[in-house]
Amino acid sequence: MAIANYLYLSAILFTIGAIGVVVRRNSIVVFMCIELMLNAANLAFVTFARINSNLEGQVIAFFTMVVAACEVVVGLAIIVTIYRSRRTASVDDASLLKR
Amino acid sequence: MPTSENLLWLIALPLFSSAILLLAGKRANSWGHVMGTIVSASTFTIGLVEFFAMQSRPEESRAVTQKLFTWISVGSFNVDASLLLDQLSICFVLLITGVGTLIHVYSIAYMSHDLDRRRFFAYLNLFIASMLLLVLGDSYLNLYVGWEGVGLASYLLIGFWNQKPAYATAAKKAFVANRVGDVGLSLAIMIAFATFGDVSFAGMKENVDQASSTQLTAIGLMLLLAACGKSAQFPLQSWLGDAMAGPTPVSALIHAATMVTAGVYLITRSNFVFDEAPIAQLMVLIIGGITLLFGAIIGTAKDDIKKALAASTMSQIGYMILATGLGPIGYAFAIMHLLTHGFFKASMFLGAGSVMHGMKDEVNMRKYGGIGKFMPITAITFGFGYLAIIGVPPFAGFYSKDKIIETAFNEGGMKGLALGLATLLGAMITAFYMTRVVILTFFGNERWGHKDEPHESPALMLIPIALLSVGSIASGYILSRGEALVHWLEPVVNPLKEHHEELLPPIVVSLMTLGVVAIGVTVAILKYRGVQADHAPEKVSVLTKAARRDLYQDDFNEATLMRPGQVLVRNLLNIDYLVIDGLVRSVGKVSVTAGNQLRTLQNGYVRSYALLMVIGALALITTIWVVTA
Repeated sequence: MAIANYLYLSAILFTIGAIGVVVRRNSIVVFMCIELMLNAANLAFVTFARINSNLEGQVIAFFTMVVAACEVVVGLAIIVTIYRSRRTASVDDASLLKR
Repeated sequence: MPTSENLLWLIALPLFSSAILLLAGKRANSWGHVMGTIVSASTFTIGLVEFFAMQSRPEESRAVTQKLFTWISVGSFNVDASLLLDQLSICFVLLITGVGTLIHVYSIAYMSHDLDRRRFFAYLNLFIASMLLLVLGDSYLNLYVGWEGVGLASYLLIGFWNQKPAYATAAKKAFVANRVGDVGLSLAIMIAFATFGDVSFAGMKENVDQASSTQLTAIGLMLLLAACGKSAQFPLQSWLGDAMAGPTPVSALIHAATMVTAGVYLITRSNFVFDEAPIAQLMVLIIGGITLLFGAIIGTAKDDIKKALAASTMSQIGYMILATGLGPIGYAFAIMHLLTHGFFKASMFLGAGSVMHGMKDEVNMRKYGGIGKFMPITAITFGFGYLAIIGVPPFAGFYSKDKIIETAFNEGGMKGLALGLATLLGAMITAFYMTRVVILTFFGNERWGHKDEPHESPALMLIPIALLSVGSIASGYILSRGEALVHWLEPVVNPLKEHHEELLPPIVVSLMTLGVVAIGVTVAILKYRGVQADHAPEKVSVLTKAARRDLYQDDFNEATLMRPGQVLVRNLLNIDYLVIDGLVRSVGKVSVTAGNQLRTLQNGYVRSYALLMVIGALALITTIWVVTA
């Protein structure tokens, strides 16, 4: 199996994630899609590490996981707080910052 | 050339006094007029001292200078602020300070009821300082400072009673008309600088033969324009009549004796230019000739005593300007007429002020009549001035005006004939309108229409008038005895290059002049003897109507300059509003519209921000790909 296929997969996953962020309203789903995009990027990093035969890509993948974990904590906290105060999980309802 | 340390004081004293009077405010109300008069008298004293010192020196070292400081020093161009007192300036210094002092004294009484007397004296002192700077400057640039200074003083004094809108407008009119002339003077200075690289009288005179005749003609014409503005000559004459809005002492000092003669001074001072520029000199003759008739004709129809005298001033200055156009011999006669005119016209103006003082500020001569027996001293002194201006021997005007008429005839050819006849005609009309003024004011039936009899003015007013009328009796004889003034001025205005052959002997000219004067006087007596109505007749000839309206000079200016000017300004305003403002406004409108459009992007929806980010990232990647590929 050609190693380039991992890159294609990464691109497909990233695209799915991006589309999901744009079209879905439920903030949990949007959040999951962001995770999907991060992991697609991770896959690309690891693949490139493999292609170039060094460890930098794999090291960055670990960093990404740490950042993603922090992001999950903060993001979920925000979503839960919004849900508590506004009784909705739709991202379109949280549009108070306009104007 | 010897130097003198006194010249600065001539200017500094009145300038300083003027500053004190203006800054001290009400505190100076009680002593301001005294200080102003003392300062003016002390400048006269300095002038006399300098005059006698000058007289005692040999002819070639009579002129003195005083360098004050280096004003401009740029490369090879140097202008010093320095003063020059020579045979020509001393005549003016004595006239300005002498007549000025008498008028200061007169004003103490004349303005005694005015709350603003202190301010009046401050302006008078400012005028004396500026006028002295004008005649003492040793270069055109120094002269220009004084030239603007007297314009300012004139503006302030015409509009002294600026609570009346008409007076304020008169002041503005004088200022604007003078401004046109000032443009001429500044252009003349610029051309002189371009031609000679020097603007001092001495430097230009030395190098005058290096300039082309075109350049000299241009300088001459521009100087003539300046003279027209300041001296109320055709076509810039219209301001002088309205300038009579100022207090009468101002009319006597500034608008009769001194400031309006600055144009004559300018041309005489620039004799080295005009002698080499025949076209400019011809223009001087034409302007002088036109104005002397113009002023005289207006003078015949004015009922306002001050305006009649103003028209007469215009006409007499026309004589002087004409004389300056006659070349080397004419300058001395112009200055002589200027000096005698300074005396008799100032005395008549002050006389008119005295009449107004006794008549509750009435200026309409139709409301006068028979004042002679109530105000005998005013009437007698006015009579001396009258005899002087119409040129009856042995009064001053006879000596000075006859000389001009004689020189005009001796110019020879058609030119001499035309100029001679113009001056003769002017003399006849002068005799007519001055007789009219005298008869309407001092003789005939009493027409003032109220019971209060006019009263003679206080001594403080009568003494200056009396002294001036002594001048109007004797000055002509003194100045022309043995051609005193002509020889005195020779070093300044170039010794006579060639002697004109005399086409007409002086006695013939004198007899002719006296003849036409007698005609003028007789016609006036026949017309204005007996009982006069207290209002001007309505059915009058076309010429009288025209003369009453100042020969339509205001209408002409209004039609040719003011209205088109207004149209131009209005169109420029529209262009400014539509094009320039429109451009600026549309720039604003574009950014406002763009902002409004871009604002819709900020809709608060997270998903649309995310979409924009995606699009942006894609665009970035595509760009990098395209660029690197």
